[in-house]
Amino acid sequence: MSLIKQLSALMQHLGQGGLNFFQRLGRGHLLLLQLLTGLLPSLLRPRLIIYQIYMVGVLSLIIIIVSGLFVGMVLALQGYNTLVDFGAEESLGTVVALTLVRELGPVVAALLFAGRAGSALTAEIGLMKATEQLSAMEMMAVDPIRRVLLPRFIAGFISLPMLAVIFSAMGVLGGYFIGVGLLGVDEGAYWSQMQGKVEFGHDIVNGIIKSVAFAFVAVWIAIFEGYDAQPTSEGVSRATTRTVVHTSLAVLGLDFILTALMFGD
Amino acid sequence: MKTSSDTLIQVTDLHFARSGRPIFAGIDINVRRGAITAIMGPSGTGKTTLLKLIGGQLHPAKGSILIDGENVHRLSRRRLYRLRRRMSLLFQSGALLTDISVFDNVAFPLREHTDLPESLIRDLVLTKLEAVGLRGAAKLMPAELSGGMARRVALARAIALDPEFIMYDEPFAGQDPISMGVVLELIRKLNKSLGLTSIIVSHDIKETSAIADYIYLLADGKVVEEGAPAELTASASPWSKQFMQGLPDGPVPFHYPAPSLEEDLLHVTN
Ligand SMILES: Nc1ncnc2c1ncn2[C@@H]1O[C@H](COP(=O)(O)OP(=O)(O)O)[C@@H](O)[C@H]1O
Ligand SMILES: [Mg+2]
Repeated sequence: MSLIKQLSALMQHLGQGGLNFFQRLGRGHLLLLQLLTGLLPSLLRPRLIIYQIYMVGVLSLIIIIVSGLFVGMVLALQGYNTLVDFGAEESLGTVVALTLVRELGPVVAALLFAGRAGSALTAEIGLMKATEQLSAMEMMAVDPIRRVLLPRFIAGFISLPMLAVIFSAMGVLGGYFIGVGLLGVDEGAYWSQMQGKVEFGHDIVNGIIKSVAFAFVAVWIAIFEGYDAQPTSEGVSRATTRTVVHTSLAVLGLDFILTALMFGD
Repeated sequence: MKTSSDTLIQVTDLHFARSGRPIFAGIDINVRRGAITAIMGPSGTGKTTLLKLIGGQLHPAKGSILIDGENVHRLSRRRLYRLRRRMSLLFQSGALLTDISVFDNVAFPLREHTDLPESLIRDLVLTKLEAVGLRGAAKLMPAELSGGMARRVALARAIALDPEFIMYDEPFAGQDPISMGVVLELIRKLNKSLGLTSIIVSHDIKETSAIADYIYLLADGKVVEEGAPAELTASASPWSKQFMQGLPDGPVPFHYPAPSLEEDLLHVTN
């Protein structure tokens, strides 16, 4: 008897979880629709967007620059150890640059963005909801989706691809310091091999397309989680966690799909 | 459904439930144009909820709310927003925007809805802040205000665009006797000299009776009494007697619905 009860409780739990999931998915898409329909009017208020680019993008610069440098330095160390066995240490520049531009730049920048800017966006919007600020705006006939959410959405969407490019550039520089400065790879070879092998159309553009896709997903998740948060301190803290976890998973999953499509053949 | 031109807001047979618990079980309220209508009742009866229903933020399960003959919950989003420009809601918490200063909070509706030059906005904001006695606090951030001050800033913001009607949610809560007098006088002045329609939600009987033209007493999801302040004070009904005189015993339950205390205390859960 109690087994049946437990089973039915389990079923109920699963069913409820499934329902919640699809409801949230629906609300997420509804919000996206509202965001997209408000896009044009919001673009007419560039000052709001510029301020948010500062909050979301410029304030993420330090972590992106430092991480980019270190990742590039590690890539150079690891790459050199492998390449030197084949006497191919001249290709170090190519290896470092391709890894960064195709993969690590977009992916790591997106993960860092989720932790630095995405979580902050969720917490800020969630807290505004919990303290009735969004509600007060609605009553003042100001649409919070256009006034609060969209400038952040647009700013994040613009900022992340640029941060990814900066990340890659810093990584190439970090690789140069270690490879050329420390390990003695020929400076001319480092740069010229890189220039010869990294194709703008194939590698750099595809990397940028990736980070544009990641930016879209990361900002959408962050803004939705904040807007959909339970209006309590616990609700906001849970939403913030979800932003980081869901964005990370989404970015890594999406990266696999995009890589397969772009570089699979 | 007839709306006399005298009535600005007409609430008819309103039903509303929150997480399965009924809050309103059919209430009827008429708010007369140019008058101060008070909604009173013990806390937790749904006074704030009623204001949010009138503002179109919550949707009734049954019944209707007409403002100027328009059904709030049938309006398109655009029309609802246009209607909201004519009204103001003073939130119980103040609900100031926390990342901008007091000045910018009061300027917010002006900047969002008008193209006034900054110098004029400055004059308007300072005038409104002066009216609530907080011109000196213009540069402070909301976090630097006390609860009563925050509510007065919110009041200045609520009147910034000179709305047609204002809903005040507990405007007197947390005010010291002096600022209480200021707020009271301000509400009266806005109402009498500008012809504003006002709804005051409160449980401060003395202050509310002093300025209200008409009072609705809510309890248990119903309007249990209504009338002019003098009528209610004189009324022999147990509801108004208990509420107007603040007696603990009477038909208005002081407690949130619960099993009896003995039952709860003796019932040891394992
Ligand atoms: N967001 C909410 N979710 C569920 N119940 C709520 C919510 N807000 C208020 N309530 C319930 O609705 C009732 C009415 O609340 P409210 O309108 O704030 O009362 P009042 O303003 O008269 O003190 C209360 O019993 C409260 O428990
Ligand atoms: Mg209330």
